[in-house]
Order: sequence, then structure tokens, then C-alpha cells
Amino acid sequence: MKSAVVVFPASNCDRDAAVALQSLTGKKPHMVWHQESHLPEVDLVVLPGGFSYGDYLRCGAMASQSAVMRAVKAHADKGGAVLGICNGFQVLTETHMLPGALMRNADLKFVCRPVALEIEETQSLFTRKYEKGQRVHFPVAHGEGNYFADEETLDRLEGENRVVFRYADGDNPNGSARNIAGILNERRNVMALMPHPERVVDPLLGGTDGVGLFQSLIETLS
Amino acid sequence: MKARVFVTLKNGVLDPQGKAIGHALNGLGFGAVGEVRQGKVIDIDLAESDAAKAKASLKDMCEKLLANTVIEKYEIELKA
Repeated sequence: MKSAVVVFPASNCDRDAAVALQSLTGKKPHMVWHQESHLPEVDLVVLPGGFSYGDYLRCGAMASQSAVMRAVKAHADKGGAVLGICNGFQVLTETHMLPGALMRNADLKFVCRPVALEIEETQSLFTRKYEKGQRVHFPVAHGEGNYFADEETLDRLEGENRVVFRYADGDNPNGSARNIAGILNERRNVMALMPHPERVVDPLLGGTDGVGLFQSLIETLS
Repeated sequence: MKARVFVTLKNGVLDPQGKAIGHALNGLGFGAVGEVRQGKVIDIDLAESDAAKAKASLKDMCEKLLANTVIEKYEIELKA
């Protein structure tokens, strides 16, 4: 599987994503700067965590207007896989590649801790290596991860099995509607989540629950 | 022409910052303070003298960047 990681000014999990991809695929991902208007030939594009453009205006708002995002959209329109993590999720909603919005955490606090998640949908190229209902622990680190969409959109996401990750009952760290932590687009080739799977791919760093996500992609896209 | 754009959360969208401000004002003894909603003000200098064109252009800016219309609404005020 060939991959690329987009680097915005103030991305700060781009290297984490690159290390995870390199250790699991054996191939170094391309690092693509935000001003690039073309992507290399890759199977997967990762939009990493961070505070792109200093979160000016709204998280992800400036990044959504960048040259590279037009290329990422074109990649997705051709059926290419896109994974958004944390700020990457915010960028994808601002680009309207995923529905809804990420708002300020309901208790106004930046939250940085492991959370329990349930894998709700395994019929996806991102989660096929997990069991339905499997509980995993990924860390979260965000101040604006409170997923919001109107009721009609939420019903549609659930009806089309596009809610992939949910915070386990009682472990919703940010007030997200219906405990939603990660969703798919309609075509199911774009997925994003607030928690960080790339930070749990090595036992030395506290866990390996995130490996399944990358293995799912490798199995499907290689 | 100068314009002022107000971006605020839509009615019904939870505004935790507004709530915190309201609590703080109550704590300061402003007991009459009820619901507080917080928003943004964006001042824009525009090289356009036709008010209708300016307004149309500003609306476009709001839809494309200044507001996230999933959660926010906007108002445009033109100044001579």
C-alpha cells in the first residue's frame, strides 16, 4: 500500500502517522506539503492531527481552502481512500467531504486521555480486521471534537451504517451527538475519527489497538 | 466600502462558551443575566462601491469560508 501524509502548517501528528505507516507497511509514506496541488500516486491519503493554520477562524476552515485539499478531494472522487485523524476529521467536515461539524467540547476542556471505543461497522476498508462490537482503546487529544449534525443527518448516518466508531457508554469525552467518534462518507472511501489510532500501534507506546485499522487498509489496498 | 459580518451559532446549537460567560456574569453579581450566546465579528474593507454587489460578494464569502453553515448563521452590515 502506497500512502501520503498531508502536512499543514501546525500539523503535529504528521510524524506519528508516518511512523505508524512505515512500520506497518514497510514503505515510507510521501509527506505532502499543503501548497502542493498534486498528490503522488498513492492508495491512501492521511490527514493528520494538529492545529492546521493555528485553528484560525474555525478548526480546519483554512486548511479546507488549501491547494492540497483540492487534490485530496480529486483523489477521493476517483475512489481513493482518505483517512482523517483528529484535525483531519475537522478538515474533512469543513471541506464537506464528510457531513456535520466538530464543535468545542461540551465541558470546554481540552481532553487528552485514552478512551474506550466500540467498533460499530466492520464492512469498511478501514475496519474489516476488527470484530463488530469490539472494544478498543485509542487516545484522544482535542478541544473541539464535539460531533454535531442535524437529527436527519444523524439518522441517515446510522441508517446507512456509516457510524464506524462510537465512544463507549459513559466514556464520551466531548459531548458528541449519539457518542459518535468516527464516520464514513457515502461512498465509504473517506473515514475520519477524533481518537488517534496511529498512537497505539506499538506496545512500547501503550497499546496496539490501532494496528487493526492500518492492517485493514493494507489488506484492502495492497 | 466597509462591511461588518456577524457570525453566531444557530439557535438550538449548544454554545458552551456563552454558557460559561453567563455563569461568570451571574457570579459577578449580574443577577439579571439570562442566556448568553457568543459569536464573532469580522470587519472587512471592500474595494466595491455598489452596495448590492458588495452584499452579494459578502454573502458568497460567508457561505464559502466565514461561516460554517452547518452550525452557524451570519448577518452582514454595510457601512458607507
